[in-house]
Amino acid sequence: MHEELKNIWKNFFNWVLGNGPRPENEVIPPDPPPDLPFTQKPQDKYSRFHEATIKERYEQWLEIHGLHIFSILYSGLSILTCVVIVCLLLATVAELPPFGHERNPANNEVIRRYVEHGGHETGAQNIVAGLILDYRAFDTFGESAVLFTAAVSVLMILGASRRNKLNKSPSLKSETTSRNFLQRGPPSLDEPILRGVASLSIPAILMMGCVVVINGHLTPGGGFSGGAILSTALILASNAYGPERVHEFYNERTFIVSSSTALMIYALSKGYSFFTGANHFHSIIPKGTIGNIFSAGLILPLNICVGLIVAGTLYTFYSLFSKGDL
Amino acid sequence: MIIIEWLLLIFLIVCAIAVSISKNLLNSVIIFMNYSLVMAVIWVLLRSPDLAITEAAVGAGVTSVLFFLALRKIGQIGHEKENQNKN
Repeated sequence: MHEELKNIWKNFFNWVLGNGPRPENEVIPPDPPPDLPFTQKPQDKYSRFHEATIKERYEQWLEIHGLHIFSILYSGLSILTCVVIVCLLLATVAELPPFGHERNPANNEVIRRYVEHGGHETGAQNIVAGLILDYRAFDTFGESAVLFTAAVSVLMILGASRRNKLNKSPSLKSETTSRNFLQRGPPSLDEPILRGVASLSIPAILMMGCVVVINGHLTPGGGFSGGAILSTALILASNAYGPERVHEFYNERTFIVSSSTALMIYALSKGYSFFTGANHFHSIIPKGTIGNIFSAGLILPLNICVGLIVAGTLYTFYSLFSKGDL
Repeated sequence: MIIIEWLLLIFLIVCAIAVSISKNLLNSVIIFMNYSLVMAVIWVLLRSPDLAITEAAVGAGVTSVLFFLALRKIGQIGHEKENQNKN
């Protein structure tokens, strides 16, 4: 009895010390190799500070403190930029006429000018198109640029995370596609009604969108509404025939190329037009006769540019929401 | 014409209240779609067809599609909801 107790105590003591019974399949890590002798150790490049040249010292200093200083500089500069922009905008607002005053130019001169000379000066039958794409074209340019920037940044953030995931585990791609396949079902088999309706209505919707965009200076509508109609056609096609079919002719590359080209054309042509108009130079852009398709100067190409951007952006938003990629 | 306009406006207000009252999110989105559609008709009656086209395409079309997608993402409609009900 006394011996047994002593044995148990000994076993317990060994167990506390870590010498207890081990499981059979335990892998004991090998001892780390002994340290190399001092002479064979890899020499640290900057171990002797006084021997380094000034350039090396600078690089070493940069390595240690560079990121810290860069982050301080970066935040300081960004705060400075924001403050400068805020001050500029506030100064501009202070220069504006008081809000709602009866003698403001917006309440008398501008409206009369638009109504009396709008058609003659812009050449547009649809006075709204003349307003937003001629007198106030930079407003529309800003809207298109904001839409495009929003879509591109969402595409960058979501696309980057998705691409990282795919790189890390190649099996994920097949997994997600098979899950989508299960969720949506094969489009040709279980959605005959949707496909039939889509095949009838997509050409009509596309035609309607093109008419609204191209006749933007003659009839109601314009780039934004026409682009939205075009994007609904794309969304319908993506739902009925599967996103892969749409991806064949409209993918990330098409979106980026078409939208940035359209924005560039818009900025350059309208910049030229505003430059010549403000400096009373002769502009080479013909006005045409009011009522023709090819009239109203720049409004028709600008409408097409805005339509391309809006259609691409709205479809991109849909595509990003539905499958996380374009 | 005035009567139709008043009816549409009343319908608009009813829609706007129903969107926030409705318990089912899918119903909310469909009512919101109706709101945009009626709003488009009112824009036409107010003689601004530009806005009517944009409202019909964006408000009733694209926005609702995005709402439906968001509902499917959070599992309120579609296959995920059925799976939830089964469980």
